[in-house]
Amino acid sequence: MLDVSNRPAGGAATLAEARRTMEICNACRYCEGFCPVFPAMELRRAFSDGDLGYLANLCHNCKGCWHACQYAPPHEWGLNLPRAFAELRAETYAEHAWPRGLGRLFERNGVAVSLATALSLAAVMILTMALRSDATLYGIHTGPGAFYAVVPWEAMVTLGGLTFGWAVIAMAIGARSYWRVSGGGAFRWAALRAALRDAGHTRHLGGGGDGCNDFDERFGMGRRHFHLATMWGFLLCFAATSAGTVMDHLLGWAAPYSWYSLPVVLGTLGGIGLTVGTAGLFAIKFLTDRAPEATSRWGMDLGLLALLHFAALTGLALLAFRHTSAMGMLLALHLGFVLALFVTLPYGKMVHGVYRLLALVRHHEEQQTR
Amino acid sequence: MGAVLPGTGETYDVLIAGGGNAALCAAITAAERGARVLIAEAAPKGFRGGNSRHTRNLRTAHDAPTDMLSGSYPVVEYFDDLMRVTAGKTDERLARITVEGSADLPRWMHAHGVRFQPAISGTLSLERTNPFFLGGGKALMNAYYLTARRLGVEVIYDAEVTGLEIEDGRFAAAQVRHRGFDTRIVARAFIAASGGFQANIDWLEEAWGPAARNFLIRGTPYAKGGVLRLLLDAGFASVAEADQCHAVAIDARGPKFDGGIATRIDSVPFSIVVNREAQRFYDEGEDFWPKRYAIWGRLVARQPDQIAYSIIDAKAEELFLPSIYPPIRAQTIEGLAVALGLDATALRATVDAYNAACTAEGPFDTTTLDGRATHGLTPDKTNWARPIDQPPFTGFPLRPGITFTYLGVAVDENAAVQLAGGGPAANIYAAGEIMAGNVLGQGYLGGIGLVIGTVFGRKAGEAAARHAGR
Repeated sequence: MLDVSNRPAGGAATLAEARRTMEICNACRYCEGFCPVFPAMELRRAFSDGDLGYLANLCHNCKGCWHACQYAPPHEWGLNLPRAFAELRAETYAEHAWPRGLGRLFERNGVAVSLATALSLAAVMILTMALRSDATLYGIHTGPGAFYAVVPWEAMVTLGGLTFGWAVIAMAIGARSYWRVSGGGAFRWAALRAALRDAGHTRHLGGGGDGCNDFDERFGMGRRHFHLATMWGFLLCFAATSAGTVMDHLLGWAAPYSWYSLPVVLGTLGGIGLTVGTAGLFAIKFLTDRAPEATSRWGMDLGLLALLHFAALTGLALLAFRHTSAMGMLLALHLGFVLALFVTLPYGKMVHGVYRLLALVRHHEEQQTR
Repeated sequence: MGAVLPGTGETYDVLIAGGGNAALCAAITAAERGARVLIAEAAPKGFRGGNSRHTRNLRTAHDAPTDMLSGSYPVVEYFDDLMRVTAGKTDERLARITVEGSADLPRWMHAHGVRFQPAISGTLSLERTNPFFLGGGKALMNAYYLTARRLGVEVIYDAEVTGLEIEDGRFAAAQVRHRGFDTRIVARAFIAASGGFQANIDWLEEAWGPAARNFLIRGTPYAKGGVLRLLLDAGFASVAEADQCHAVAIDARGPKFDGGIATRIDSVPFSIVVNREAQRFYDEGEDFWPKRYAIWGRLVARQPDQIAYSIIDAKAEELFLPSIYPPIRAQTIEGLAVALGLDATALRATVDAYNAACTAEGPFDTTTLDGRATHGLTPDKTNWARPIDQPPFTGFPLRPGITFTYLGVAVDENAAVQLAGGGPAANIYAAGEIMAGNVLGQGYLGGIGLVIGTVFGRKAGEAAARHAGR
């Protein structure tokens, strides 16, 4: 059960706890071999708010330091770096959200994402029924343009384009704000390349080499592999959508496409990766030792996992049953989940990708220029 | 493992008192020989591992660079270092076994789940002699407990050995108190790996007098020396004096127990250290800090009220690791004296005399013994002496921090406990701090504690299993 006593304490207290922890860690330094947080910490003798936000986002929550900590509870100092940083990360997401007021959506993010999902699903359903007849939703449609018989092309492009475009702009503004506050200097391509390499194989979910502490003091590669499946699944689906967009709108080859076409192959692989990856991450979350977890922030994590999982699952179902009368309903469901994903992108856990990548860029920048 | 009264009515091959490095090395070795092993760890699970929880590295001999170590550290050099720090107060046979046995330890540890980190430079200048395990001592203990569990070793936490049934030097059974219940555990062999007695302030006071009340204990509060007392009372031979211990000077504001590494103060060689009377009492720049940190605990322990203050000026602020406690700072020496509770005139006089004696030429260099000495002081500071004249001035209060005590039971080369009249006990062995005094009669060599525990832990585990017919 979620621990209700473990509520986020609010910005100032979260920062104070992260600072207290880092000051003790910086006198101890036993964990310096685990991840880039500690080498970055060792470059500093004092920690500004921006430093702490940077270090919190550099943390990949592998929990190696928690299990190795001689000052973790029951020690009187009660250090819990993974939890302190997870709480601070959520604060940075809220702080840099654009427009600013929407940062409040991070406070009860699970609720926000659930509501957005319900509204998106309802909107697509109502729209579909309003624009077409009831019969359309349950009819069998095949051949080029079959999807547009259910949801009009214009509606799909307008809604998708607007929400996704908005998400990209909002996240870019957030990224810029974060980069400034965290003290990032001039942008170096070498640092970006190194950061992308780290992110591409989630290097720092490798702990000190044997993986994260997925459940307890044992090390394992479960979380890393499921996260890789999720991340690359998402990117493949994004590539599939892009390929489809180009083929459909620019080349004029109307969807649906054959099993062996580029969008379907990419989308199938991506969909499987997302479905399996998110299920695995959910299972680990459910089974893990909760002591080092910021359970008060789990709504955000679970919200994104569920959205990605159902968007992928309905996408795969749509692919499998697109020649049946279920297609209309599945298409509406799939588009509903995708719409919810787009709408919540800048106001949900997905922003962790942006800030963590920037933290890695910053880390490589400061290590390269030492 | 979770039963209320485990072990009752069963016969174990090996019962081990203690749950730190030496205990686990013994347990793993015995279990690998097929012995049925029970560990009675006095601490609850969250505090398991004794002082090993606070360790980070161990000193190992090697003839060529490795993944974790630079250069070479021949057995001969290691042995000489040990003879020097102990001033010859060591059992040379056991010292040699320790030093020679150290070479194989990284391999053995790695094979039993311990992970090391690549050679690091900087922190403690130990990159040639001491490999660091990844994550420190708690990670080390986690690895050993996982390995022990895989080998079928049983562990009871919150389990203190309160009595030993010993007849003619032969162990029969132990009384173990577990969550308030007493149980009798029968085993064919017994290994005492329960640490020193440093957490037993009354016992420290017997050795040190009232000064012991002012000591801080850097490690586990569970090392009360109960098993050591039982063995000594049963008539086994003791080694080392009760007032000998590994002690360093740590931040006086640290907790009474378990402050570990984070309360250390590394400013001494770049500072002057004064006592309660604002007088200097020892050469702060005698040698590099890693070679001298282990003498400062005793030095401070001999000062009035067991308190001292390391004082630097602005020039030295960045030369050592940050402390977890805020520096006590003032714009004048007199102001600092007031903040530290010292006599302002006396501190001013000490600093003035020191500054006037800083006449050495040549560059200030923290990476070498730079020879910048004072002239005409008692005592002189022989390296890194620079005037303390740039505000702000900073002081850190120091107290003796006891790591572990040396009084222990005498053992032989198989880790068998020795009878007072000579000769080994039939089935009683000791490893770790409880017998470290065999090798360390006085002084300390950074990272040798874990070597003693690992070498003799393995020996004890092997001998105990063999005795049990495994």
